[in-house]
Amino acid sequence: MSAGVLPAVGADREIAVFAREIRRRALRMTSRARSSHIGSAFSCADILAVLYGGLLRVRPQEPGWSGRDRFILSKGHAASALYAALSRRGFFPSEALEAYSGDGSIFCGHASSAVPGVDWSTGSLGHGLPVACGMALAAQLDHRDHRVVALLSDGELDEGSNWEAILFAGHHRLDRLTVIVDCNGLQSLAATEETLRLEPLAAKWQGFGWWVAECDGHDHASLRSVLETARHQSGKPSCILARTVKGRGVDFMENSVLWHYRSAQGAELDSAMTQLE
Amino acid sequence: MATRTRFEVKNGVATREAFGQALVELGRVNPDVVVCDADLSKSTFTAGFAKEFPDRFFQCGIAEANMVAIGSGLASGGKIPFVSSFSCFVMNKGFEQLRVTAAFPNVNLKVVGTHSGISIGEDGPSQMSIEDLSLACSLAGFTVLSPADEFSMRKLIRAAAAHQGPVFIRAGRIKAPIIYSAAEEFEIGKAKVLAQGSDVTLMATGLLVAESLLACDLLEAEGISTRVIDFATIKPLDREVIAAAASETGAIVVSEEHLADGGLGVRIAQVVAETAPCVMEFVGVRNTYAESGTPDGLLDKYGLRAVNIAGAARRAVSRKKK
Repeated sequence: MSAGVLPAVGADREIAVFAREIRRRALRMTSRARSSHIGSAFSCADILAVLYGGLLRVRPQEPGWSGRDRFILSKGHAASALYAALSRRGFFPSEALEAYSGDGSIFCGHASSAVPGVDWSTGSLGHGLPVACGMALAAQLDHRDHRVVALLSDGELDEGSNWEAILFAGHHRLDRLTVIVDCNGLQSLAATEETLRLEPLAAKWQGFGWWVAECDGHDHASLRSVLETARHQSGKPSCILARTVKGRGVDFMENSVLWHYRSAQGAELDSAMTQLE
Repeated sequence: MATRTRFEVKNGVATREAFGQALVELGRVNPDVVVCDADLSKSTFTAGFAKEFPDRFFQCGIAEANMVAIGSGLASGGKIPFVSSFSCFVMNKGFEQLRVTAAFPNVNLKVVGTHSGISIGEDGPSQMSIEDLSLACSLAGFTVLSPADEFSMRKLIRAAAAHQGPVFIRAGRIKAPIIYSAAEEFEIGKAKVLAQGSDVTLMATGLLVAESLLACDLLEAEGISTRVIDFATIKPLDREVIAAAASETGAIVVSEEHLADGGLGVRIAQVVAETAPCVMEFVGVRNTYAESGTPDGLLDKYGLRAVNIAGAARRAVSRKKK
């Protein structure tokens, strides 16, 4: 399967290949640049594979197409996974990723809209959802049918700005808006529940007037099914709590806070790459 | 200017009210103009827009920071959003959002801060914005406007909407003395020379433009030839008019209803240092917060009056002669 000629919704096998490619490319990028956040990239790799493997309406040859679905990676530190997904989808050749985080590169360590296909620059947590609300409001005002999807981390929900936006979106019935929370249960130094307790999280979103669904954030069929259902919600914004494992795909990275900041080098890199074959 | 008549204070409406009127007029001709409010639309005068264009008016609740980010999202969707609240709330609470969601992506967002300065009076220091110009100017790519009267406000609101990129506009609560006629035209980035003179230049913004004109009359009566310049655009500064005043008069007084640290004064001083260094004096709020009081009482107490500006001008002229 070549990039850019995906079916409208990729078959499970193709999505699995897509997700594995995201992980491999993200790992190569962060290891080469000796940069952080590979655990965060791995936890959302399957979500990005489902989105860019066919669910999002985008045109790789026309990144600014006005009818495109908007996507904001609010957890901008997982930029390596987003860039990898965009290259796999055909926005630019994978060789371009070699410049990641280097001098003069458009591929910043946190998501940059200088990269074709990135709708919004992020990195300071807590801003993706409020901006997505404004985008959804503009679409609603103009009776346009594109969707606005924001991918947040669970730890990011500590930021109060999200809760102002959650209140706003519920009140204004922004049904073009879908939030996916990458619930990997870990933030940079500890578990989310030890840092600032988030649960019961579904009840919180529901209480603010959102349609809420939970799913296994690594199960492609399940992700696709809830995203399709979310797309057809009327009169309510939708939130998907995707239960994930930080570092998913490499056994020694899974569920470990160490890999929020650690960069895989040498034998660790070789072992990780072998596991991702 | 030899032919200039004495400046008499004739109050027009407050610049916040002129903003509200201009917004409605803009809404009638430009369907892309939308407005966000943080539960203060009666005070900021965006209520008029809400009444005429309810579908293009969005209530964000008492959440100014969120309002800024919502506005950035609307701008990204092709709208021309005006987000407005008291200047101290939208600038201070919204600063991170202004930096990350508006300045950095250079979106077409218009931010209007009303109730600026200490002349809001009775409500006290928690509502007074005396650092908003400094904050706004520290946002890369922002245009910063601070009109002195209703006519300059109306024209500059239109100019802000036509300008592509983020703009901050400062407005005041109390009735503002009329400086201009309705026919006067304004261009972003161009200062207005209101009086010609060769001994000293009074530069000011907002309410202190009128005070500078009154100071000019005091100084001219003493034989000090005084130039007066209104800086309705704080950023980008009119470097040409500053350099000319510095080299031709050799003494400058900058006055603003703002902390003397970080406002128009220090910005002009930077241009003077880069072009034609000369003697400078500064009139502003000095490293303190004000308290509740009447607008007039506060402007007197904090030294933001014509007498204070004239005093600073005499000091500048005498320093120049040394």
